[in-house]
Amino acid sequence: MVDILQQIINGISLGSIYALIALGYTMVYGILRLINFAHGDIFMVGAFIGYFALGSWNLPFALGLVIAMIGASVVGMIIERFAYRPLRTAPRISLLITAIGVSFLLENLMVLIVGASPRSFPQSIPVDIYNIGGLILTNRQIIILLISILLMILLQFIVMRTKIGKAMRAVSQDKEMALMLGINIDSVIAFTFALGSALAAAGGVLVGLYFNKIEPYMGVMPGLKAFVAAVLGGIGIIPGAMLGGFILGIAEILVSAFISSTVRDAVAFIILIIILLVRPSGLLGKYMREKV
Amino acid sequence: MRRNLLTLTILILILFLSVLSKNLDPYIYQILVFFGINSILAVSLNLINGFTGQFSIGHAGFMAAGGYFSAALSVYQGEKLLNILSFLPKDLAQGAIFLVFLILGGLFSAILGLIIGIPTLRLKGDYLAIATLGFGEIIRVAILNLDVVGGPRGFPGIPKLTDITWVTFWAFIAVVVIYRIINSSHGRAIISIREDETASESMGINTTYYKVLAFSIGAFFAGIAGGLFAHYLMMLHPSSFTFMRSVEILLMIVLGGLGSITGSIFGAFILTVLPEALRGFAHLRLIIYSLTLIIMMLVRPSGLIGNREISFYRIFKFLRRKGIN
Repeated sequence: MVDILQQIINGISLGSIYALIALGYTMVYGILRLINFAHGDIFMVGAFIGYFALGSWNLPFALGLVIAMIGASVVGMIIERFAYRPLRTAPRISLLITAIGVSFLLENLMVLIVGASPRSFPQSIPVDIYNIGGLILTNRQIIILLISILLMILLQFIVMRTKIGKAMRAVSQDKEMALMLGINIDSVIAFTFALGSALAAAGGVLVGLYFNKIEPYMGVMPGLKAFVAAVLGGIGIIPGAMLGGFILGIAEILVSAFISSTVRDAVAFIILIIILLVRPSGLLGKYMREKV
Repeated sequence: MRRNLLTLTILILILFLSVLSKNLDPYIYQILVFFGINSILAVSLNLINGFTGQFSIGHAGFMAAGGYFSAALSVYQGEKLLNILSFLPKDLAQGAIFLVFLILGGLFSAILGLIIGIPTLRLKGDYLAIATLGFGEIIRVAILNLDVVGGPRGFPGIPKLTDITWVTFWAFIAVVVIYRIINSSHGRAIISIREDETASESMGINTTYYKVLAFSIGAFFAGIAGGLFAHYLMMLHPSSFTFMRSVEILLMIVLGGLGSITGSIFGAFILTVLPEALRGFAHLRLIIYSLTLIIMMLVRPSGLIGNREISFYRIFKFLRRKGIN
C-alpha cells in the first residue's frame, strides 16, 4: 500500500509537468484547431534557456524560471508569426505538416547550437528528503507541484477574469464573429502562443530540475504524451488538460513501477486510442454533433 | 495505360539496368536499392495520404512490422524450407521462399493495418494523425519487448537476399497496383473521400470500407518494403523505425506531390540522393529537411508536381503545343 502511494506521489510530480505542457496544446488547439507539434520542442527550448540562465549566469532559480518562460514565449510568437500565420486559411493538413517541420527545425537547430549529447541541469536547489510514515518526499517534488499549481491558477485567472482572456475565449468560439466585434485576432492568437509556450518552458525547467538531464530531443516524447493528456481531458478545455496530465503521469509511473518500465512509452498511446474510441471528446468534453 | 507509359518504360529500363548492374559501383548500387525501397514506401503512403486524404504518420511502424515478420521467417524457417525444396535448383528455391516470405510479411502488415484501421479511421484529420503515430510507436515498443527478434539488441543474421532486381520488381508491382486501383471505380470512390467525405458518403459510398482498404494496401506495401530493407541490410534495429522515419516518408510525398504516383517516386529520388549529396554537411541535413518541409508548405503546398502525373502523353501534348505556337 505504501508502495502504491509512493508511486502515486511520483506520478503526481510527473503529471503536473505533463499538465503544464498539455495546457499549451489545448489552448492552441482551442483557438486554431491545430496540433502544434512544435510545442514539445518549445518545452525543450525553455529547458535550455533555463539551463543557460541558471548554469552560465548563476541566477537564482525563480529568476531563471521567469527568463526561460519569457524566452520561450518569444520563440513561440516568432513561430506563430512566420510559420503558422501565413497558413491560416490553408487546409489543416498543410498546417499540420508545417508544425512537424517546425518541430524538426527546432530540434536540429538546437543540436547544431549545443550538440546532441545530454547535459546535466544545474542543481540550484539542494535536495531535501522528507520521510513521512514511510513515504519519501523530496522538496523538489513539492516545488514542482507548487509551481505548477500556481501557474495553473494564474492561467485560469488570465483566461476567465481578464479582458484578453475573454477575447481568447471569444476567438476560440467563433473566429469570424470575434473579428466582427472588433477583436484583433492576430494579437490574441500570438498571445495564446506566448502563454502556452511560457507554460511549456516552465515545464521544461522543472523537468531539468527533476530528472537532472536535458538534451535537444527531450521534447518529443513529453510533447506527444502531453498531447495525449490534452485529448484525454477534452481538447480545448483548460481544466481537462490539467486532469489529463495528472491521470497520465500517475498511470505511466504505476505501469512502469508495477508492470514493466519498457512499455512505459506505450502507455500514453494505448490510453489515447482507448479514449478516442470510447469517448473522443475527452473526459470533460461534451459531444459535438457534426455539422455539414 | 498510355498516360502511364513513361513510368512503365522507366521501370522496365531500370529492370534491364539491374540485370546489367552486376559490376556496378557498390555505392551507387546501394543508393539505387534504397531509392527503390523508398519509392515503394512513398507510393504506398501516397495511396493513404494523397489519394484517400487520410493523414497517416505511422508508416514506419508498418514497415517495421513487415520487415521483422519476414526476417523472422527467414531466420527461423528459411533453412527448413530450403531443405524441403532441395529438389529445385538452389537459386530458384531461395527466390521462391523469399517471395513467399516477403508476401507473408506484407500480409502481416496489412492485417495489422486492418486491425488498426477499423477503429482509427473513424477519426478525422489530426486525431487520425496522432492515432497512427501512436500505433507506430506501439509497434516499435512491442518490438523492443520481443526477445524472439532481439528486442533492443537488434535482429542480426538475416540472409542477404534482396538485390536490385527484387527491389525494382516490387517497386514496379506497387506502382502498377496502386495506379490500377486509382483509375478504377474503387479509385474514384477513394478520391471522392479525399475531396469531400460527407458528400461521398451521402452518394452511397461505403467510406469506412474504402478507407480501411486503402490503409491496408498501403500497409501491405510498406511491409514489403520493410522485408526488402531487412534482407538487404541483414540486420534490423528498432531505432531504424522511429517517428523520424515516418516523417522522412511523409516528406517524400509532400515534396513530390500529394496524390501523384510519379511525384512520390520523384520525391523518393530526391530524398535518397540529397542526403548522399549533403554527406559533408551531415549535421545540416536535418535542418535542410525541416526547412524544406516548412517552405514547401508556405510556397507550394501541392508539392513539386502537384497531383498531376508525368507521362509521355503529357510530354507529347506539351511539345505539340509548343510546336504550334
